[in-house]
Amino acid sequence: MSETNERRNFLKGLGLVAVTVGLGRPGLVEAQTAPPPAPAPPAMEMAAPSDTSTAYTYVFFNPVEIAFIEAAVARLIPKDNLGPGALEAGVSYYIDGQLAGWYGEAGRWYWQGPWQQGTPQQGYQLPLKPSEVYRAAIPRINEVTQKQYKADFADLKADQQDKVLTGLEKGDIDLGRLPATTFFAFLLQNTKEGFFADPTYGGNAQMVGWKLIGYPGVQPTYAQIIEQYKTPFTAPPMSIANFTDDPPHSH
Amino acid sequence: MSKKLPSVDAVMVGVGWTGGILAAELTRAGLSVVGLERGQSRDANVEFAFPHIRDELKYGIRFGLMQDVSRDTLTFRNSADQMALPMRQLGSFLLGNGTGGAGAHWNGQTWRWTPYDFEIYSQTVKRYGKGAIDDGMLIQDWGVTYQELEPFFDKFEHTAGIGGTAGNLQGKVQAGGNPFEGPRARAYPNPPMKRSQLGDLFQNATQNLGYHPFPGPSANMTQAYTNPDGQALGACMYCGFCERFGCDYNAKASPNNTVLPTALATGKFEVRHDANVVRVNMDSSKKRAVSVTYVDLITGEEIEQPAEMIFLTSFTFGNVKLLMVSGIGDIYDPVTNKGIVGRNYTYQLSAGAGGTITGKDFKVFAGAGSESVVIDDFNGDHFDHTGLGFLHGGSISASSTGARPIQSNPGGSGWGSAWKKAAAAAYNTSVGIGAQVASLPFRQNHLDLDPTYRDAYGHPLVRMTFDYRGNERKRSQYLAEVNVKILTEMGAKNVAGRSVPEHYTIVPYQSTHNQGGAIMGMDPANSVVNPYMQHHQVSNLFVVGASSFPHNSGFNPTGTVGAVTYRLADAIVKRYIKAPGPLT
Ligand SMILES: Cc1cc2nc3c(=O)[nH]c(=O)nc-3n(C[C@H](O)[C@H](O)[C@H](O)COP(=O)(O)OP(=O)(O)OC[C@H]3O[C@@H](n4cnc5c(N)ncnc54)[C@H](O)[C@@H]3O)c2cc1C
Ligand code: SF4
Repeated sequence: MSETNERRNFLKGLGLVAVTVGLGRPGLVEAQTAPPPAPAPPAMEMAAPSDTSTAYTYVFFNPVEIAFIEAAVARLIPKDNLGPGALEAGVSYYIDGQLAGWYGEAGRWYWQGPWQQGTPQQGYQLPLKPSEVYRAAIPRINEVTQKQYKADFADLKADQQDKVLTGLEKGDIDLGRLPATTFFAFLLQNTKEGFFADPTYGGNAQMVGWKLIGYPGVQPTYAQIIEQYKTPFTAPPMSIANFTDDPPHSH
Repeated sequence: MSKKLPSVDAVMVGVGWTGGILAAELTRAGLSVVGLERGQSRDANVEFAFPHIRDELKYGIRFGLMQDVSRDTLTFRNSADQMALPMRQLGSFLLGNGTGGAGAHWNGQTWRWTPYDFEIYSQTVKRYGKGAIDDGMLIQDWGVTYQELEPFFDKFEHTAGIGGTAGNLQGKVQAGGNPFEGPRARAYPNPPMKRSQLGDLFQNATQNLGYHPFPGPSANMTQAYTNPDGQALGACMYCGFCERFGCDYNAKASPNNTVLPTALATGKFEVRHDANVVRVNMDSSKKRAVSVTYVDLITGEEIEQPAEMIFLTSFTFGNVKLLMVSGIGDIYDPVTNKGIVGRNYTYQLSAGAGGTITGKDFKVFAGAGSESVVIDDFNGDHFDHTGLGFLHGGSISASSTGARPIQSNPGGSGWGSAWKKAAAAAYNTSVGIGAQVASLPFRQNHLDLDPTYRDAYGHPLVRMTFDYRGNERKRSQYLAEVNVKILTEMGAKNVAGRSVPEHYTIVPYQSTHNQGGAIMGMDPANSVVNPYMQHHQVSNLFVVGASSFPHNSGFNPTGTVGAVTYRLADAIVKRYIKAPGPLT
């Protein structure tokens, strides 16, 4: 799987070490008039490349699912001339972590029957948890691609993969009892979440999602710039880890 | 058998703005108050601290601070011929949970509703005749006027440190404020918010069009502020993590940093967390509420808390549910038009326009919950409705609340390289303005108890039946057209209007403005509580909050919730304590 290696190399190149940036906590009880000091540049530019011994180990997905999810997110948000895509950003790790946790278990969702399909206005009514939606869909998608292309989704060419994804999005591919559009909606939503969530969740590595759109992430204050219509905001993007007192991973 | 505790003077079911305001005022008058709150204890200084509160996924997308619907939710259908199904995840509205309720993570847009709202029926009939009221529309006067509420609007604004520009000081219209607002005795305690570039374009465009823009009133502190109770708040940093988040600068007025510490400082207030109230208990005469029963969520035990006065301050759905499951009053039946509890449920309609403006640096990532420029020209009865086919209207604003990347969904619903390109281009160039549109009550829109689905304590869920009835959608469409006009004047290209869809949907977030079900009025035949929110038949039971609103205006509700709650507190302290009984 050359794509996986590519991703590893990408992460290695950027370095994974978070360096703590000393900064006062703004959340104090006292009334505060002065803003906290301007943020220091983000950790990545100061960090030395780390070894890859901290490489992610999947905890939810099985090997067949890993191949699928890595291939799928790489097409939903591809690496291109605008920069890294979802695979390079670690979005498959993000989704794995989410599905292994309470989100995957439909935590904090109302989960009592009877189960009945309603109108679109009534929202999600399947008795399948998010983790189960993935587990139900992926083998079925591979069955479909095996029939059509004699290969699993992960081993198809990019344009074939795009065709399959479009088929899922439009509901043209039959996943049996599970509506393809339901699975696709979860997949796309979770992929974008991972690409744009704080890097602490495993996706959006080196804040590539934020850099794509020009989102500066976690900045202590914008009070000084909100009325500056002409002066651009140039501080580099920051994430939660840039401000934590937790010790850096290595040193 | 449930364990019975010693009696207290007053119990609050729920510790948000309403419970907090009452706790502060009643304890100050020397009463002992217990607040029963189903959510866990929440120390804002720890839980809302930088940097961890700046986590969009945890708070903005997975709703970390809101109601756990695995325990209690509601069921929903558009019309009586459908089977109502449970709201399995939060969506359309984000119900509060834990210390401070929804006030811990609101935006802070704090409005005085327009004088017309409180006398909507009589003023409508006077100006347009009875024929202007749609068949099945249940608008009615509130039994309290703007003038009567003015001192209490003022009190809430000063407690919460609202920043804004007065539009009408003692009858004199003020430049730069909202000329349509009711007269106010004095100015806002704080100056208005800073103005973003989007707001500035809106300001100029609406002025050009002959409308009357003004800065939206804000509970995000515009400077460091100490309120009349001595609670100190910090200045807002326009951090862009406001709505759905707690404030790490202590700059967003919330129950947590105003009324709750005030109440706790008296030593007469106890907040009991992990306490989910399941029932109000009545005496045999059915004229007096004697206690509430709650489930201790740590032990699972049922516990009875007796009190002289019982206040339901558990937001619209909690309040209405407790009345219904406790058998207090008859549940409304839209077919026979009999019963009253659950009648007049309303929501918030919306409208807006979107487009593109290139070549400007909007800094869309920056903003605050109440950073907005607003016009009130098309709200209430501020414009002539003759021939329009609908009543009321909405406020229109350009808001900069901070575009977070997941929720703001740059580039729309696509994927692939084309989406990436669109997202990168759209984030700082796609602009939108919007209207909060009134929602008027209709016979078919109501709350009752679901016959099938139950909560974690074995009680039925509330069932909501709601859709856009009568001419409701016309109001939204009319406001969408005005939005299009304004956004075009702002220089946007590819402008498209947006009005409510054919049917209300419970899925995407719209607003947490849910009103009615236990409405106020002078006549027990068409209201549950009197204008003090005191139960008509059970005079030591008070059903407090937007559940008492007979309709919804084109504004957010909490300024008016604060006013009616302070008015109740004033009546209790000045009159009820001395002579318990119906307040008139
Ligand atoms: C994201 C968001 C943004 C908002 N922005 C604005 C805005 O800009 N302007 C505005 O005017 N309004 C806004 N609102 C609405 C505003 O937050 C509410 O109107 C206000 O907080 C309601 O106060 P309340 O005391 O009536 O109810 P809540 O704050 O909901 O408090 C009720 C409390 O009761 C508890 N409770 C419920 N049932 C029980 C039970 N059975 N037993 C024990 N406890 C129970 C709940 O846990 C909760 O803590 C917003 C709301 C949300 C969610
Ligand atoms: S925008 Fe202002 S009030 Fe809102 S959370 Fe940020 S600092 Fe607090």
